[in-house]
Amino acid sequence: MDLAIMGTGTVGSSVAELAADYGHRVTGMANVASAAIDPTGIDVKAALDRQNIEGEAALGDADPDAVLDADYDALVEVTPVTLGDAQPGFGHVRAALERDRHVVLANKGPMAERFADVRDLERASEGEVRFEATVAGAIPVLSTIEDYSPATIQAARGVLNGTANFILSRMAAEGLGYDHVLAEAQDLGVAETDPAFDVEGTDAALKCVILANVLAECERTYTLDDATVEGIKSVPGSALDLASEDGRTIRLIGEVVDGEVRVGPRLVPEHSELAVTGTTNIVQLDTDNAGRLNLSGRGAGGPETASAILADVERLPN
Amino acid sequence: MSDAPDGLRSYTVRLELSDEPGELLRTLEPIANNGGNLLSIFHERGNLTPRGRIPVEVDLEAAPSRFEEIVDALREAGVNVIQAGQERYSEEVTVLLVGHLVETDLSDTLSQLQERNGAVVDLALTAPEGSEDVSSARLRLKTESGAVSSTLDAVRSVAAEKDLHVVEPLAPGGEA
Repeated sequence: MDLAIMGTGTVGSSVAELAADYGHRVTGMANVASAAIDPTGIDVKAALDRQNIEGEAALGDADPDAVLDADYDALVEVTPVTLGDAQPGFGHVRAALERDRHVVLANKGPMAERFADVRDLERASEGEVRFEATVAGAIPVLSTIEDYSPATIQAARGVLNGTANFILSRMAAEGLGYDHVLAEAQDLGVAETDPAFDVEGTDAALKCVILANVLAECERTYTLDDATVEGIKSVPGSALDLASEDGRTIRLIGEVVDGEVRVGPRLVPEHSELAVTGTTNIVQLDTDNAGRLNLSGRGAGGPETASAILADVERLPN
Repeated sequence: MSDAPDGLRSYTVRLELSDEPGELLRTLEPIANNGGNLLSIFHERGNLTPRGRIPVEVDLEAAPSRFEEIVDALREAGVNVIQAGQERYSEEVTVLLVGHLVETDLSDTLSQLQERNGAVVDLALTAPEGSEDVSSARLRLKTESGAVSSTLDAVRSVAAEKDLHVVEPLAPGGEA
């Protein structure tokens, strides 16, 4: 398949680099400053080298928006997450669907904030929308739900943010305070310089909202406003100590149960499957006929997330 | 009161048994024969009562009208009933509270919880930075069968009034 990639950060670059291994060709790629377009296939390595050395404007000679009108079978939307109207990601999705092209997203914004709009556009289009990479990176959560059928799944819950989980599990293991562990996580590159999106629970909440939208099968749609969200900044080391004395620990858990979306620090048994450590993510699905499924693995990272995007590309009709 | 169907409520009965074969079975029969539904049996083999007997705690569900009959049947069968019906709690829930627990009057917090729903059966408090700073408390609450979510609502509302954070357990059904 021919792919156009909107966004050339960690994930977009990985998709571009790995596409050929999966038998695909990159015919367009864009960042905010410039774009490379070649209907016979871009020399990905050369373009990304130029971007890395000379800056974003050196990716290519074309205008970023021109990629949307170029030749491709599927648009890969991996620009940064925006809330509210989810622009410009949503506009990219619309442009591709209006041209009857497929769309694969890792950008959570459109699927969390404008799910109904995206589905409406998809219905009017020959193109299909897939978004496995928006929830828990490499872990095949949405395709599992699709395989089992959303109607047979009663609840979904899990640890969906590696940064918050790294901080909580280090605090518990080392008896260190929040600020200390956050600084360490920033040094290691696990946490962003501005960690708010992760530690305030917003990132996990967006993933839960997407899960809720998928489970509701368009009978109702959810946005971030429908979620009850609390972060981990208020959890002191002493709370983790008290939990541990009782054989429990604290994790930032996202839950979709009975139409409610909640994210917050929760007490979980120390030996529960949900008590993953470090940057591991886990999603638990309570199914009608197969009991409880635990899906765990790497919830973030360039090649990890790219693998979910490329798996989605495989699932698209030709 | 309990949300259980058919007006069933949960009761805890404390008994003491002599350490003889068949004694436990002899005790459970009057419960089952009088419409009681056994929920759990806690047989404290390691402990002996001052009279040298073994304490046993039995949680059961029964219609309120049948409960007196069950207790009478137990006594008729010669079982020593130490306590009956005073505890109507069958589920437990553990939460953490974080914040200025001491300055916001912890004992008032606990009695408010007791009043609204559930009994605090265990409390652990830690205030590593001194009582004037943020401290954490672990509370174990007993509640009626099926009433965990209303107990959590009570915890949330008391916490909100005092600007405390609650670390809750998972939603019902999610306990791993």
